Amino acid sequence: MHRRATEIEALLPLPSATFHILLALVEEDRHGYAILQDVAARTGGALRLGAGTLYRALQRMLEQGLLVESGERPAPEHDDERRRYYRITPFGRDVARAELRRLTDLVRLARATGLVPEKA
Amino acid sequence: MRFYRALLRLYPKSFRQEHGDEMAAVFGRELRDAGGLPGRAAAVAGAILDTLSNAGLVHLDILRQDLRYAWRALGRSRGFTATAVAVAALGIGATTAAFSVADFVLVRPLPFAEPERLAKLWERNRYGQNDVSPGNFRDWSAARSWEAMGAYTFRSVNLVSGGGPQRVDTAAVTGGVLSLLGIAPYSGRAFAAADDAAGAPGTAVLSHGLWQELGGGDVGGRQLLLDGAPYTVIGVMPRGFHFPTRAVRLWTTLRLSQEQYRERDNNYLQVIARARPGVSLEAARAEMAVVSAQLQRRYPEENDGVSAMVLALRDELTRQSRVLLVALSAAALCLLAIACANLASLLLARGLARRRELAVRSALGAGRERLVRQLVTESLLLAGLGGAVGIAVALGAVPLLTRLVPDSLPIARMPAVDLRVLGLAAVLTALTGVAFGVLPALRASSRPDTEALRGGARTAGGRSDRLRSALVAGEVGASVVLLVSAGLLLRALWRLQSTETGFRSEGVLTLRTALPWPAYEKTAHRERFFREVLEGVRALPGVTAAAYVTGLPMAMPGGIWRAEVEGVPADRAHPQMASIRFSTPGLFQALGIPLRRGRDLRDGDRLDQPAVAVVSESFARRHWPGVDPLGRRFRLNAEGFRSVVGVVGDVRVRGLERTSEPQVYYPYNQVEDGNYVAYTPKELVVRASGDAMALVPAIRRIVATADPQQPISNVRPMSEVVAEQTASRAVHVTVLGAFALAAALLAAVGIHGLLSYTVSSRRQEIAVRMALGADARAVVSMVTRQGVRLAAAGVLPGTLLAYAAARSMQALLAGVRPADAATFLLASLLCTAMALLGSLFPALRAARVTPMAAMRAE
Repeated sequence: MHRRATEIEALLPLPSATFHILLALVEEDRHGYAILQDVAARTGGALRLGAGTLYRALQRMLEQGLLVESGERPAPEHDDERRRYYRITPFGRDVARAELRRLTDLVRLARATGLVPEKA
Repeated sequence: MRFYRALLRLYPKSFRQEHGDEMAAVFGRELRDAGGLPGRAAAVAGAILDTLSNAGLVHLDILRQDLRYAWRALGRSRGFTATAVAVAALGIGATTAAFSVADFVLVRPLPFAEPERLAKLWERNRYGQNDVSPGNFRDWSAARSWEAMGAYTFRSVNLVSGGGPQRVDTAAVTGGVLSLLGIAPYSGRAFAAADDAAGAPGTAVLSHGLWQELGGGDVGGRQLLLDGAPYTVIGVMPRGFHFPTRAVRLWTTLRLSQEQYRERDNNYLQVIARARPGVSLEAARAEMAVVSAQLQRRYPEENDGVSAMVLALRDELTRQSRVLLVALSAAALCLLAIACANLASLLLARGLARRRELAVRSALGAGRERLVRQLVTESLLLAGLGGAVGIAVALGAVPLLTRLVPDSLPIARMPAVDLRVLGLAAVLTALTGVAFGVLPALRASSRPDTEALRGGARTAGGRSDRLRSALVAGEVGASVVLLVSAGLLLRALWRLQSTETGFRSEGVLTLRTALPWPAYEKTAHRERFFREVLEGVRALPGVTAAAYVTGLPMAMPGGIWRAEVEGVPADRAHPQMASIRFSTPGLFQALGIPLRRGRDLRDGDRLDQPAVAVVSESFARRHWPGVDPLGRRFRLNAEGFRSVVGVVGDVRVRGLERTSEPQVYYPYNQVEDGNYVAYTPKELVVRASGDAMALVPAIRRIVATADPQQPISNVRPMSEVVAEQTASRAVHVTVLGAFALAAALLAAVGIHGLLSYTVSSRRQEIAVRMALGADARAVVSMVTRQGVRLAAAGVLPGTLLAYAAARSMQALLAGVRPADAATFLLASLLCTAMALLGSLFPALRAARVTPMAAMRAE
């Protein structure tokens, strides 16, 4: 994955919608509406993506190679013909990790200033 | 739900097809989950907001992607890109530059308040248009159509203000002229009626430029000396104010006396007027016809056949300048059309060559909309690049064209690049680019292009081939038109340049010392000045002759007086005119005008001696045909008779393009004190064996010794005076010639492009022919023949059009016939040569096709 370091760098920092979508897909493949619900649940309802924001982000992420459409389908009784499922790619995982590292470093730097008292 | 579907239409089609159903499903779920009216309303509002904020961004995403793709695609075919950009840039740049200048000179309103109400008035007599006499000016200005009327004359004065003396072009205006133009002074005030009254203290208004040159600063009360008389500066006009011409930099009052107002046979006023609001120039013209008819009845002697001519101030342009600018604009349009045709042809060829790529992408599921969109982006990128380079071309070209702006207009020298024209040319090019760039995509996507998928770009579309051939033939035709026009103008230029002037300008230096009045009112004072300067100059090493004269040939076309021979009754209806100059001895030697009979003027030809004159051969021939003219007597303008003492060669005093009246030379000091102010010799003519210009510092010292207050101006070699006659023509020819060559080159590029494409799409056929025994020569001639056929298809109609164009610009041709065979032949040959040049490389490439290679490529 090392040869992709510059490609990863070029994508950072990630737009927050992109990061949240990647997080939503880490555990399992999901369709669009499921991603929306996952993001809303994860953020306690603070972030509610609109359909436009979601699908524009998905389109871009597909083009950037962060996601692929998943060929596998869940059991037919849970499936809806119209739905497409999205799967995170290894590159997408790398990018999400890199973003996580970036944010962690940022938080550490911010803490070091003593802006917020460190909890024991 | 229908509402959301409608919202989705804001997204690009490809995106909508990809995600629309799911997005609608998501919205449906949200609506269901929301429950209750307020919740549903919130969901709807959210959806609207969400769509509005994202649809544009998705468009941008695609645009960015397409641009990236287009950039790469263009980068892969650098030759095509460079050619297309150059072609578009040339079209946009040349058109913009030419139209900017033409619009500036011909169309744009003059920089005065409500310029459409401003008119220029002339007297018209039997011979044509004439300046206006003070008497008629006063009577005309009473006409009801005019809100105000003013008169002015040009005056060149010696200005002294603190620094050294300088020569300044001024206009003497009646009180109302500046305010009639409706431009407020930059500072101070313009003239009031009181300034124009006889005996009032002298007042002057400065141009912004002259004011800055004199150090700027406070205006009020500043003192100047104009020709030795004191003037007080009362105002400064704003920057960019020019009136009546760009050369005038200072205004004084004209102050016509009651006595002058009675004059009707002395025409020297320029008259402008402002029509009352609501009165058209047409109506004013009708009233002036009535007024001048009344004046004819009242003054049957002086106003016999005199009427008033009313022209819009905008139309004070020579026919030549007008024709030239129209021709230039037509040439620019021609070039733009050629450029667009070429661009179209290039894009068609590229589209065909990319048929396979498009077919593959289409087969892989790229929708028609996506492909079209991609190609539009690519074409726009191409046109944009062309436009950017074109703007640079226009910015560079406009300053080159400023020499086409006539000096006789009250407008600035430098037109700005016209943004509207620039925009129009860019849009036209972009449209061409898009139309012809997208055509192949539409064709490729309208039906499954299995043929292209199978066979690559081998098969040529017959219809588009014919279209391209027509475009290329059109280019050739247009370039014939331009080449013929440029060629005819070039011949006219050569013809004028080889015109016999009647004098020899090589080795002649001229400069001007215009003696101010009344300091030099007395003939004896002037004689002292001339003698001192001429003696000093003649003593300089290398000087072979020197003289003072009223005006240089060509530079001073005026001074046309009525001639009568003693004993021959004057024919008032058909007066014989002659051109008059006052001169010191030595003029003919200095200018190299041959003395045919008798003698030169002498210093001794004074008032107390018999009145004498030297005349030109044509004067002698006209008045004393077949008789010895020496000793014969004649007079000019009904003054005293003079005897002919010498006959000299004729000179083109009126310039190269006009016929000149016969010439008469009077001795400079046979003049009563205070007479002939305007004819006081002021031009020093020096002939030297070496570099005449090197003498200037020494001559300056000599003049300063004779009169320290006397400025020197207009220092230039006589050859420059002659060159000036054809200078503007030389510019015309250069500009039009550049256009024509560019057009011919574009046509060659077009032929090259078409044939290259034909050759590559017919490789297999050529290979088969060669396998069957055709040799390289046969293949070359096959390709070349196609090139020549294209050229011929363009040259024939082009020739007809060129003849029509030539006839419409006959005014510029100085006697060269519009159907000049040599020019037409040369232009056609040049075009054919360009066609051959354009077919050369494709033909050679065709000859290198080996049967094996072509077969293998399948």
